[in-house]
Amino acid sequence: MRRGETRAAWLFISPWVIGFLVFTAYPVFYTAYLSLTDYDVINDPSFVGLENFRTLLEDPKVALALRNTAVFVLLSVPAQLLVSLFLALLLNWAGRASGFFRTAFFLPKMTPPVAVGILLLLLFNGQSGLINRVLSSVGIEGPAWTTDPTWVKPGLVMMSLWTVGGSVVILLAALRSVPQELYDAARVDGAGWWRQTWNVTVPMISGALFFVFIVDTIHAFQSFTEAYTAYFGSGNTTYSNDAALFYAIYLFQQAFQFLHMGYASALAWVLFVVIMLVTLVQFRVSKRFVFYEGEQR
Amino acid sequence: MTLRRITSLTAVTLSVALAAACAKGTSSAEEPKSSYNPQATLSGNLSIMGFGGDDEIGQVRLAEAKKALGSGVKVSQVKGDLDIQQFLSAVASGQPPEIVYANRDQIGTFASRGAIVPLTSCIKGEGIDTSAFRKPALDQVTFAGDVYGIPEFNVVQITQANSDLLSKAGLTIDDVNGSSWDAVTAANKKLAKTNGGKLSVIGFDSKLPEFLPLWAKANGADLLSADGKKAQLNDPKVVEALQFAVGIYDAQGGFSKVKAFRDSADFFGKGNQFATGVLGAMPMEQWYVNVLNDVSPDAPMGFDTVRGKDGKPIAFASGSAWAIPKGSKNAQAACRFAKAMTQTESWVKAAQERVNLRQKENKVFTGLLTGNAKADEEVRKLVKPSGDAKWDSAVEKTYAANDATFSLPANPADAEFKTAWQDAVNRVLNGQQKPQEALDQAQKEAQKALDAAWAEWDKK
Repeated sequence: MRRGETRAAWLFISPWVIGFLVFTAYPVFYTAYLSLTDYDVINDPSFVGLENFRTLLEDPKVALALRNTAVFVLLSVPAQLLVSLFLALLLNWAGRASGFFRTAFFLPKMTPPVAVGILLLLLFNGQSGLINRVLSSVGIEGPAWTTDPTWVKPGLVMMSLWTVGGSVVILLAALRSVPQELYDAARVDGAGWWRQTWNVTVPMISGALFFVFIVDTIHAFQSFTEAYTAYFGSGNTTYSNDAALFYAIYLFQQAFQFLHMGYASALAWVLFVVIMLVTLVQFRVSKRFVFYEGEQR
Repeated sequence: MTLRRITSLTAVTLSVALAAACAKGTSSAEEPKSSYNPQATLSGNLSIMGFGGDDEIGQVRLAEAKKALGSGVKVSQVKGDLDIQQFLSAVASGQPPEIVYANRDQIGTFASRGAIVPLTSCIKGEGIDTSAFRKPALDQVTFAGDVYGIPEFNVVQITQANSDLLSKAGLTIDDVNGSSWDAVTAANKKLAKTNGGKLSVIGFDSKLPEFLPLWAKANGADLLSADGKKAQLNDPKVVEALQFAVGIYDAQGGFSKVKAFRDSADFFGKGNQFATGVLGAMPMEQWYVNVLNDVSPDAPMGFDTVRGKDGKPIAFASGSAWAIPKGSKNAQAACRFAKAMTQTESWVKAAQERVNLRQKENKVFTGLLTGNAKADEEVRKLVKPSGDAKWDSAVEKTYAANDATFSLPANPADAEFKTAWQDAVNRVLNGQQKPQEALDQAQKEAQKALDAAWAEWDKK
């Protein structure tokens, strides 16, 4: 009976397992192999040992791309976390009306990233963009968001807030599961809104906050489409901006523009290691801040 | 974890790694051993990659090509612009299209990697008259002494200006055609207007980064040596050209302001910069004349060729070409197809169809530029005076530019080379570097890429 059930289970999950092996595991192993080769898609890969990794260490554009990406991660992840928490708290407070707003906040998430890239150029246009028009209405002369290297990344960070809808929905679900008795008890003890939020809400949803934190961090490290569309690949213009050269964009250029597949594979593995290390640190640190219900400490 | 599980996991890992290691690409490309004969009856399939050709110019020639192939050949199209990754993967997997339509500047890279084959036998066997092709176009598809592509369309630049703005400022088209950089600089200052700290009229747009090769050539320098091996990006004349072109933006408050204003315009619509009087002049590709003629026929336009400092017309040629991929299963049909699509008769028939359509719409036929000089000559005979001097002048200047083109030679690292100089220009435009410093860096990057790519080629 048990063997039969096991066979049936394997049968049912086999589509996923086969898909995983063919479309995920195989490419991952293959890129590991390619990272040790010189490969241009057309000709046979030729083994070069660790040469690609040596080149990578001396490539100033890798350092630039890593720096840009790190700055983007450091700015965008906390911003996304705070904004999504704020919106989730608002929705939780809104009661019945929250259904409509939940959909409204989630809708931008459905916008294709390429459209978001184009939207960025329109909203942040230094002369006619909405952002600078609003700033100018309160007497502030807005910067050249799309061309000044100092303001390119802040512009991209602000644009990344366009898609916080997914995180808002996750955090709202977590907020809804916080037991009402805890708030009642806090109120009896004289806690106001802020104390309730800080001492009850945040600890109780810390698991969801941590999940959003991890996912947003990984997503930010892999950030590509919006910046690529806005600064490297739109229309027939050849304008680009170094300040928006994220690691994934440089990887893409090496692989698909310059046909250095071996080098691009090495770049991909470095990114994988960086993300893994950052995630490990996050997990380690999380033990001090994240509370799981029923957890024994 | 049990020993059995570890063994299974190891087996899976090893098989995947082995499969990865055994994956094969292709070896270097040689010309297929096909016998090309213009009289031969052809059969089989002909799949085309990278060609849209939905307009009358594409459709009429496609019909001509199908006729030349005969009913025995079944033609199919993978429409849309060429996806390089899709194309190279198809070649590497041994399932390439029979013929590919690519930008001419991609030909060197494809040829050096063995993705396309030399066309020597095809040209000789099918009797393709290469003497009819423009030399700059042919140079772009000639790699290491062999022709790898049959040139198709040609794209050139001409000076386009708002004649009302010019005359109000006491200027003429000669002040903005590039023959005197001092005159352009002075005209730019007269034409540019600001309102409340914001740019309200762009005086002159030097169209950086894309037109650096044009300004460099106007100053007597090429970005790349004739053999495609030596980058010349920090040549003093190139540096001077960049300083001039960037100075045009600096005089208008900086590139950021010009770009922001330029990006907010309705470039392809009735509210374009010329029609609304917010742009004095710029060098621009000839196809924009058609756009302007379509959407704002009454715009006060003036045209001239772009001119070098010596006063002679000059234009940077780019365009498309047909090439036969390595492993093409019907190279004979591909060769005849390329011939039929680019021969004079096909261009003339296509142009006649466009003339008819334009007449029906009561619009001007502004000519057609190809890589085939004889075809251009014949097609030009179909261009009739429109009754509007400005559009007739646009046609005249376009053909004059087409007779004065230059190009960058085919090379195996075109994408890296282009990225190096464009990034340099962008660093200057973004205020991160001075022209000399930026081009010195670009020179190193470009030369490194060229050296590596040529070394790979030499190994083959």
